[in-house]
Amino acid sequence: MTPPPIIRVDKARKTYGEKVAVDDVSFSMPPDAILGLLGPNGAGKTSLIRMITTITAPDSGTIYFNGEPLSGYHPTQIGYLPEERGLYKQMYVGEHLVYLARLKGLSKADATAQAHEWLAKFDLDGQWTKPVEELSKGMQQQVQFIATVIHNPKLLILDEPFSGLDPVNATRMRQEILRLHANGTGVIFSTHRMEQVEELCEFIVLINQGKNILEGKVAEIRRRFQDNKFHLEFGGDLPPGINERFRLINHTPSGVDIQLVAGQTGNDLLRYLLDQHVHIVTFRELLPSLNEVFIKQVSTKVEA
Amino acid sequence: MDNLWLVIKREYVTRVRRKSFILATLLTPLGLAVFFIVAQFIFSYGNDESTRVAIIDEAGIFEGTAIPDENGLYFVKTNDDIATVMAEIQEEKEGGLNALVLIPAIKNPRVKDVRVEYFSDDPLAIDTRLAIDRRLEKALREYKVKTLGLDRAALAALETNVEIRTKKITLEEGEKADTTMAGVVGAGLGTVMGFLMYLSIFIYGTMVMRSVMEEKTNRIVEVIISSVKPTTLLLGKIIGVGAVGLTQVLAWMVLIPGVIFLVSIFFGFDADSAQQMQQMQAGSEMDPEEMQSMVEKVIGGLGTLNWWVIIPCFILYFIGGYFMYAALFAAVGSAMGDDMGESQSLTIPITIPVILALYIMMAAIQAPNSSLAVISSFIPLFAPIVMPARLAFDPPAWQIIGSLVVVLAFALAMVWLAARIYRVGILNYGKKSSLAEMGRWLFSKY
Repeated sequence: MTPPPIIRVDKARKTYGEKVAVDDVSFSMPPDAILGLLGPNGAGKTSLIRMITTITAPDSGTIYFNGEPLSGYHPTQIGYLPEERGLYKQMYVGEHLVYLARLKGLSKADATAQAHEWLAKFDLDGQWTKPVEELSKGMQQQVQFIATVIHNPKLLILDEPFSGLDPVNATRMRQEILRLHANGTGVIFSTHRMEQVEELCEFIVLINQGKNILEGKVAEIRRRFQDNKFHLEFGGDLPPGINERFRLINHTPSGVDIQLVAGQTGNDLLRYLLDQHVHIVTFRELLPSLNEVFIKQVSTKVEA
Repeated sequence: MDNLWLVIKREYVTRVRRKSFILATLLTPLGLAVFFIVAQFIFSYGNDESTRVAIIDEAGIFEGTAIPDENGLYFVKTNDDIATVMAEIQEEKEGGLNALVLIPAIKNPRVKDVRVEYFSDDPLAIDTRLAIDRRLEKALREYKVKTLGLDRAALAALETNVEIRTKKITLEEGEKADTTMAGVVGAGLGTVMGFLMYLSIFIYGTMVMRSVMEEKTNRIVEVIISSVKPTTLLLGKIIGVGAVGLTQVLAWMVLIPGVIFLVSIFFGFDADSAQQMQQMQAGSEMDPEEMQSMVEKVIGGLGTLNWWVIIPCFILYFIGGYFMYAALFAAVGSAMGDDMGESQSLTIPITIPVILALYIMMAAIQAPNSSLAVISSFIPLFAPIVMPARLAFDPPAWQIIGSLVVVLAFALAMVWLAARIYRVGILNYGKKSSLAEMGRWLFSKY
């Protein structure tokens, strides 16, 4: 028997006044996946996440955690790093982490031990008795991240986790996320930064205007949206007649991109090239980037 | 429940150890002590300039008596003529005369108005004027009694002191009939309790509000409510801050008398200067015997009060009043935007009832059973301030019980109501929300 999905959202709906923030969204998150929750600003990502974290409840529909409907006990198994995040400025670092860990149900001793361990991992063990407000911004972000994972959650929800992080910290956090994932923690990763999604996620759900408009494995989605483009690198010259048979859309220093039209296949192109004795160095299909898929699906301007 | 306790503990501990809290707790009694010393200094600060006043007594009212001096003010009876005295004043000699008072002869002993003249180049200070005035009036009275041949004993009998002794008709067990001082003492106690409620509601209510706003602007709140229900967080905050307030009030109850005691030792605020202070206030001279019987009466009055009702009721009103207003302040705090300045206007709907309640409380002390006082005791936003002030006047039991039920039920309702606004408000970042929006949140789904 396969394990149940970590999170299964079944027709979740949430309205705020007249506005439908989440409109009957359904999806399943395979166990041990890193799920990218994508969508433009205001698409309903945060509303959806707040329901998964039990901060709010859906107006209708159900969300299942490991096969059980969400209940008051589940927040202890979820670690949530909101987009709008902060710390109590006047608390001490160690005390703060222990407080947040205890709210997640850890005993005082466990919370203290975990806090020490995680601070050491981020080279912050000297900061235990320092007030949060005296830490640099980067350190505060690390402390926020530690607070999210300190109770060893089964599910980690990260809303724009890398925003405002310098490259060193971003890399370190990415490594930790991957390590936690390797140890069996499910990760939901919400962002509108496509390059980060391509880098981290195996699986995406694309939300627009409260609706789930696309979901699946990243590789499959890119394949699904492939539109007969090929990239060719070659030695020598292209045959002069190629323009009459094929549409060359992009000349790059290394080669050309070719857009095939209906009825043409990659094999047709390849056969033609071989017949014309073109010296082929590279021939590959061009898959659309997630960014292109995203723009195509959302057809609104995406913030870079 | 565990989380509620954790929240309470955090609210309490992080607040109590804050420098600003420690300073406020310690410095307020010190500030009072400084105020006390300065006030005492000002009171005891008489005229440090010595003024010599020559008296030419043509009326002869000071005949045979010495004119008493007062600190820095000396009177010299003289038989010299005006010109000589004035010349002496003009010399401005060190230790010489500064002024001349000329009392003209009195033709008719039944005269109502006597005009005397004061000659000097210096302006006449108010305390000097009063001192001369008092001496002249006293001397004139003696003079008139003597020349008109009045009966001193009959005169003394003209002034009558009336005291109203109040007696209760229906006595309960162990109760004393004599309630003479109960009204006065009750009014005093009522005022103190009413003010205490008023101050606590303001100080600690706004502390709860600031705490809510802080979490919102810090952006910590979303992390917290992913572990704790907003209602738990709100309740923990109100209880935690309430405990902070209790700590501070208790500390002051120990520190303020302590500091005043120490100050009185080190700065010699002893009985002498206290007496001096009293003497400075003309007319309020009270002889020690009268004073003592007064103190006894006050203590007696305190004894007649029904403490077994007053203290528990006060505590219940305190809890009810604090919870209802703290909850309202929290709701308002949650609706505030990042710009705290422009959001202050949202607190006006809360401050108005508090201030109205204070005025009603003051009226209720004058007339504790007026319909204004009775009706206000059943209006939940007023009752926590008005009713404690009435407790000392022994209001009927049904009023106490009814009012307490109203207050406590309303406090619970307010906490519930505030929680509904709060859970929406804290996640609404950016700009402040209007009262209408807050109203909609009340009925929004969770």
